[in-house]
Amino acid sequence: MSKIAIINGRLADPAGDALTPGVVLIEGDRIVAAGDVAVPDDAQRVDAQGLVVAPGLIDLGVFATDKPAFHFGGITRAALMPDQRAPLDEVGLIRQATRAGKPDFWVHPIAAATRGLQGQEMAEMGLMQMAGAKAVGTGRQWISDSGVMLRVLSYASGLGLTVIAHAEDSGLTAKAVATSGETATRLGLPHAPACAEALAIARDIMLVRETGAAIHFRLVTTQAGFGLIRAAKAEGLKVTCGISPAYLYLNDQAVTDFRTFARLSPPLRDERDRQASLTAVADGTVDVITSSHDPRGPEDKRLPFADAAPGMAGAETLLALSLNLVRDGQVTINRLMTLLSANPAKILGVDAGGFKAGSAADLIFVDPDAPWIVDSAKMAAAAGNTPFDRLPVQGRARRIMKGGVFL
Amino acid sequence: MPDIFIPDATPELTGRALFPHKHLLSIADMKPWEIRFLLDEAEHWAQANKGRARKHDGRLAGMTQINAFFENSTRTLLSFEIAGKRLGADVVNMAAATSSVKKGETLIDTAMTLNAMAADVIVIRHASSGAVRLIADKVDCPVLNAGDGWHQHPTQALLDALTIRRRKGGFEGLVVAICGDVLHSRVARSNMLCLAALGAQVRAVAPPTLLPPEVEMLGATPFTRMDEGLEGADVVMMLRLQNERMDGAFIPSPREYHALYGLTPERLAIAKPDALVMHPGPMNRGVEISSSVADHPERSAITEQVAMGVAVRMACLDVLTRGARGVEGWA
Repeated sequence: MSKIAIINGRLADPAGDALTPGVVLIEGDRIVAAGDVAVPDDAQRVDAQGLVVAPGLIDLGVFATDKPAFHFGGITRAALMPDQRAPLDEVGLIRQATRAGKPDFWVHPIAAATRGLQGQEMAEMGLMQMAGAKAVGTGRQWISDSGVMLRVLSYASGLGLTVIAHAEDSGLTAKAVATSGETATRLGLPHAPACAEALAIARDIMLVRETGAAIHFRLVTTQAGFGLIRAAKAEGLKVTCGISPAYLYLNDQAVTDFRTFARLSPPLRDERDRQASLTAVADGTVDVITSSHDPRGPEDKRLPFADAAPGMAGAETLLALSLNLVRDGQVTINRLMTLLSANPAKILGVDAGGFKAGSAADLIFVDPDAPWIVDSAKMAAAAGNTPFDRLPVQGRARRIMKGGVFL
Repeated sequence: MPDIFIPDATPELTGRALFPHKHLLSIADMKPWEIRFLLDEAEHWAQANKGRARKHDGRLAGMTQINAFFENSTRTLLSFEIAGKRLGADVVNMAAATSSVKKGETLIDTAMTLNAMAADVIVIRHASSGAVRLIADKVDCPVLNAGDGWHQHPTQALLDALTIRRRKGGFEGLVVAICGDVLHSRVARSNMLCLAALGAQVRAVAPPTLLPPEVEMLGATPFTRMDEGLEGADVVMMLRLQNERMDGAFIPSPREYHALYGLTPERLAIAKPDALVMHPGPMNRGVEISSSVADHPERSAITEQVAMGVAVRMACLDVLTRGARGVEGWA
């Protein structure tokens, strides 16, 4: 089996606490050792030239298999949301989704928890797990029937699958496209109060306490939401949560002038909640940072705000924007890699996202200081719907290794 | 570098470009003196419309005005059509029901089509907030917003302001109560911004379920009890309650709404003795307003609002096309 030794790298080991010079040894598609290890004579040496060597990013909750964008962003695996044109609610669709990116990109589908994502009848979670699903999810909606949600959590826990939930009470959000507040009032947009999120989280946490199931709230964006997550973690419940960079760096004023690229689901929150989100990342409440990558062309976005589809193309900017957290001193680069790679791997139950022996040889070589400008017109993604257009950022994945092979 | 002294702009020194906007999309885009300028222009047309049997002016002769109404309207469409015709424009109406919009054409494609027909001014109404701005960004000619979703209806605010100015003489210190379904009302949003900019004390009076959050930021003081909101009011502006919102979703019933928030003669007595009653129409008589109030010969300004609507729209059409017509100082 071919042996590769990556030398002269600065390792961003999620399990560590600082960048450390070291070697990564790879055999086949697996890491065998990393750190202060001797380079075997029969290994092919690859010079990392001082770049940061990190595990490939694992993007927990994307809406499209958009390989060029993921590769640009240093993302080597993604968990695909069940919200596809045909919802991922049966075995054939799951099997098809797992094959879509291979060999140089792996998709881990999230199976729809209910048929057609309708929130009523349970989908065949067990069979879909056998076909390659790594989690079950409610999609971009809430299961409003608490009885259904209780059974979904209970059944999924029996399979050892985490339920990936969307936290917005649908009775409150209804047709809302913005968070209640000055901006929504000025623009005359249908809006819902931000407490729709905490309300949904509170119910689901109670059901988790009842069932012992594992739940991951894909996007938590409000102070009240984080408060509930913190308390549930302190209690020892299997509760995790994620966020996207948009909620860390934009507030609801970004939709001024009806900018549909800033129409997200859940909608952008007010400044107080944005600050609370940064705090939640810094204090460890947030477990995952995801791009929520959802490329949408003009036919979905060049519409009146309320008619436009929600979502943003986020894969390319995920790493660079997240590195701001390191530069701002909110997290170490090792913790950032935990958020971007190790924790998503853990939630999905895949052997990746770290430097431990046996972990997948998915690596990225990052120049954390490389400057570039986000340009909606020139993106690798299937569409350029980024609310960060023309923003100067820093940090790029210079090389990617997927399963022991350089792309 | 030597210090350069730049004095503050005053309403008396407005510069040459009195209305430096290509489109009329939102009151929020306008400075107070720009609003006053449009009101002055409209006053001229109000008098001209009244004085003559032959009202044709002809300054827009040879220009094409397209009224693209993606949402049903009777009075606003009619008002824009009459305004355009009095100025001599060739006025064409496009109603959504008879257009390719029903066949699935996107709004942008429709906008491009209108633009390709070389319209000189386009008037648009659409059911979605922000839709008019979206079209305005894609066409070469001036666009007038005739109402977009819950967002804005700027000519309505201007005609209301003109009506108030003619009846009350000015705005400073005037208490204006805007009552009813403020949440879903573009008329209320435009009026709050407009009247607050002109110096009035604006109140938003509505049941809590129909009052938008942070309404103070638009310059209005919120009231949830009608009687408190009406106390000492110089102007009572009623809003239309949409039929589909009376069914228990936002208020329990039209009957209860009338009892709590309807403008009855008894309730109007709480306002100042000479308080003016306004309504943008069409009215739900017996729901938000009693007939005896709506038809009151001295207090009601409702028909005057309609007359001012034509004058305001003539002024807006005139001002926005001055650049294209090569009017001195504007081209």
